[in-house]
Amino acid sequence: MAIHVSIENLAAMQHFAKQLSTYLFPGFVLCLSGDLGAGKTTLTQFLGREMGIEATINSPTFTLMKTYDEGHLELVHIDAYRLENMGGDASLEEAISQAEVAVIEWYEHLLDNLPETYLTIHLRHDGGERRLLSIEGGGRYAAIAEALGA
Amino acid sequence: MIVLAVETSCDETSVSVTQNGETILSNIVLSQIDIHQAFGGVVPEIASREHVKGITIVFKEALESAGIKAEDVDLVAVTQGPGLIGSLLIGINAAKAFAFAHQKPLVGVHHIAGHIYANRLVGPMQFPLVCLVVSGGHTELILMRGHYQFEKLGETQDDAVGEAYDKVARVLGLGYPGGPEIDALAATASPDIPMPVSMMDGYDFSYSGLKSHVINLLNQKRMKGEAIDVARLSASFQHAAIEQLIIKSRAAVDAYGAKMFMVAGGVAANKHLRQRVERTFTDVALRIPPFAYCTDNAAMIGIAAHYQVQAGHSTESYALKGHSRLKLTP
Repeated sequence: MAIHVSIENLAAMQHFAKQLSTYLFPGFVLCLSGDLGAGKTTLTQFLGREMGIEATINSPTFTLMKTYDEGHLELVHIDAYRLENMGGDASLEEAISQAEVAVIEWYEHLLDNLPETYLTIHLRHDGGERRLLSIEGGGRYAAIAEALGA
Repeated sequence: MIVLAVETSCDETSVSVTQNGETILSNIVLSQIDIHQAFGGVVPEIASREHVKGITIVFKEALESAGIKAEDVDLVAVTQGPGLIGSLLIGINAAKAFAFAHQKPLVGVHHIAGHIYANRLVGPMQFPLVCLVVSGGHTELILMRGHYQFEKLGETQDDAVGEAYDKVARVLGLGYPGGPEIDALAATASPDIPMPVSMMDGYDFSYSGLKSHVINLLNQKRMKGEAIDVARLSASFQHAAIEQLIIKSRAAVDAYGAKMFMVAGGVAANKHLRQRVERTFTDVALRIPPFAYCTDNAAMIGIAAHYQVQAGHSTESYALKGHSRLKLTP
């Protein structure tokens, strides 16, 4: 069952990222989905800031993956936008399995490369700055999804 | 100093021999673009495999056409990042093996330093200079007060300009890479569709708003069943994308009293950008690399390596590693 959260504006998104950052653990895999412009990169940027990363977190589409190791935990930011219909990628699977925190945009293109359980957040544009989030998780992520919705 | 340089950060397998940071003795580039075109972008796993297939032949050809022997090489240079990690590792391991077998010193070079130093092939640099780095993965303004002193003034906060071109080309039904196709179409129409202007502070860039605007516009027209003027839309998008680069670059050149303005990276091949740059920077020295050296090649890595060592940077051990993201440090 997905948990639904309504985020009113950028400040609320930042607050949500802060809350999410308190649940991170080594090996955390966060999968993001939503159309271009839904806010996937923005959420990743806010989360990165909460993790103590000061560098600019911008799109990893071209190299598919960017690693930030200057925070409390190492962040591996992946964007699989370009891998539609490819059926996954072995080098990204390796990166995900070794990452301390992996954030994966367009994870639908990498389903075969994901671990057994992970947290998914689907973002939907709902007029102006408002976003509707649907949060779901298996295993130990189920409780985190619930906590985020509370 | 004779430098043997290796570049495999994306989809070009390249080895080059350069001399004294200015002369190219050989520059062999094996492009995989035909293979990746079918997938609308570079596929990392395929890229790695193709690099493995091509690297030995390209090494051999680079040495042969330079007319030198392995013993004549003074320094081995290799792109260390940023790039696709699997691709980088092929070049790095090949360079290490060559350096180890022939007992030559080894340096890791930043890919963007290479693109910047492609301009050295045209002639000497004049400092201070401002360099606009534009490619599929980068949109940055770099200030250089001397050789190998890089100061990042600003960068994209979301998408790179080349990436915006690729994504817009994809929704317009054009091929990959998107830049050349949009550039060619744009020349046939007038840029009269209003586009959003980035409101980034200072020298930072943003392309995600412009990209989303074009995509939304297309979706709306398709839903209403309206005809889409692809050429006009391409021209309007290109105008907005390039003006952002011109405005920020001009401001940086003025603020830092730059004597020279340079463009580097794959998007430097864009004809509209070249025209706009030539018209805007008439009062400072201007450098745009020749078309052949805008895209990835090992010669630019060899030139950069020469200045990197001259600037006093030490050589690496054979434990050199690759990095998908790497800071351009002075």
